[in-house]
Amino acid sequence: MKVRILVSFKDSVLDPQGQTVTNALHTMGYDAVMNVRQGKVFDLDLEGVTRKEAEALVPEIAHRVLANPIIEKFDWEILKVR
Amino acid sequence: MKFGVVQFPGSNCDFDAFHALRNVMKRPTVMLWHKDHDLQGVDCVVLPGGFAYGDYLRVGAIARFSPLMQEVRTFARGGGRVLGICNGFQVLLELGLLPGAMLRNKDLKFLCQHVHIRVEDAKTDFTRAARKGQVLRIPIAHFDGNYYAPARTLRDIERNGQVVFRYCEADGTVTAEANVNGSMGNIAGIRNTEGNVLGLMPHPERASEALLGSEDGRTIFESLILSLERRKPARRPAAGKAARHD
Repeated sequence: MKVRILVSFKDSVLDPQGQTVTNALHTMGYDAVMNVRQGKVFDLDLEGVTRKEAEALVPEIAHRVLANPIIEKFDWEILKVR
Repeated sequence: MKFGVVQFPGSNCDFDAFHALRNVMKRPTVMLWHKDHDLQGVDCVVLPGGFAYGDYLRVGAIARFSPLMQEVRTFARGGGRVLGICNGFQVLLELGLLPGAMLRNKDLKFLCQHVHIRVEDAKTDFTRAARKGQVLRIPIAHFDGNYYAPARTLRDIERNGQVVFRYCEADGTVTAEANVNGSMGNIAGIRNTEGNVLGLMPHPERASEALLGSEDGRTIFESLILSLERRKPARRPAAGKAARHD
């Protein structure tokens, strides 16, 4: 199973890198862009786990290791079941 | 008394800390390898600056899984003194021994310069050789030193008097300009509630000899030596306290 985890700063946390990208886009004339938040992507290959097991396992991994819950949040999705 | 300096792959201030403790402060000091399980009977663990595990994932995020760090956690829970300098501070935050987290510096620049920090509490084991309000001139060298804590945590830290150092002007005034990395509350260093664990971004080992332009960093080491040589350190883990989940 392939899963994708997206980690990004919580809305309450300032993201200076995202802000810098926003500024760069404005400099280039992309005025439609109101805001950019930068994050990280983790693609995991899992073996021998059911969808139900993944639903417990992936958030646990994201919470304990991939994200720092003090400053970051995460989303995840299944990319491929087999 | 004996100091131990922890070495991770990517530590680069380990020998500076070792030199300051052994040759300048003249106390027995050993190197502790991150893969070991043995603290070699040290009375104080120093987590040095650098880029443990290349700062992969997040600063300090991987170092906390080192076998030795599990021993350090038990040691700290039992009252052992732990000093985290720069990257060592970041590791202590990730390990959960200190509250909060580090964000990238507000201007997204690596900062390498001397700063002034004000001693907010001179009663800690790390500052008892200083005076309250004393200004220390110590260098910083970091990319991620922008201290962050959620509002409620920050309130607790302030209320408990856990802020030990704040970025300030040379005269001790705490200003926004002196807050070079954007830290909440100008925080440069905090301790845990028990007072045996301290983390700070400035490098006291780089300000421990006149040759280096400042000797102000010695105050922190002198304080530690004072507190450790005056009484027997508690080295047993606190009974009945369950280890943290991760």
